[in-house]
Amino acid sequence: MAEIYVDVRGETCPVPLVEMRKAVRKAQPGDVIEITGNNAASKKEIPMAADALSLAVISTEEQDGIWIIKIKK
Amino acid sequence: MSDKTTIIVQSGDMDKLYSALIVSNGSLAMGMEVSLYFTFWGLLRLKKGGLEKGPLSKMHFLGLGKKMMLGRMKKNNVASLERLMADFKELGGKIIACEMTMDIMGLKRSDLIEDIIDDYGAVGTYIQEARQSAITLFI
Repeated sequence: MAEIYVDVRGETCPVPLVEMRKAVRKAQPGDVIEITGNNAASKKEIPMAADALSLAVISTEEQDGIWIIKIKK
Repeated sequence: MSDKTTIIVQSGDMDKLYSALIVSNGSLAMGMEVSLYFTFWGLLRLKKGGLEKGPLSKMHFLGLGKKMMLGRMKKNNVASLERLMADFKELGGKIIACEMTMDIMGLKRSDLIEDIIDDYGAVGTYIQEARQSAITLFI
């Protein structure tokens, strides 16, 4: 089970969602995808997308405007 | 009704192509299928080298408005249309070119960016896609 890191700091709509989706497609079942970004809307929407893709959000944290979301495939 | 988005891209305006590709890429990212049906002025954006050539739908001002808008978009790190289109194709988005528009505008397949076009069709092709779509838009 691998950890896949996606850095979308500085990116805006729709790139964070798209990069999350690309990583999910490449991941194996059981892999954890960790997305780091600072776009406020994406912090809300990545969990929405995970839900739509029937994937579990393991954790969400934020510090100084930078958020980290972990999703399990 | 399935998890699918189908959009008629009738406008060739830059800002409207942004709308179409952003909605499309969001749909793909959230697990939906997407078909874009390019017709009329929209089809001109599928000409070789034509993707970024559209005018701004308002305040184009002979290109000056577009230049300013692109400057502001770049400052805010908005992806280019080329990038959005590359992402669209990578996530499995489908592009259909309207054959009647090709006839009207005298465009051959070789005039278009053939490697991103999945199908060439008429209204029946669109209806076939749209009737199975939860989201349909005309842009």
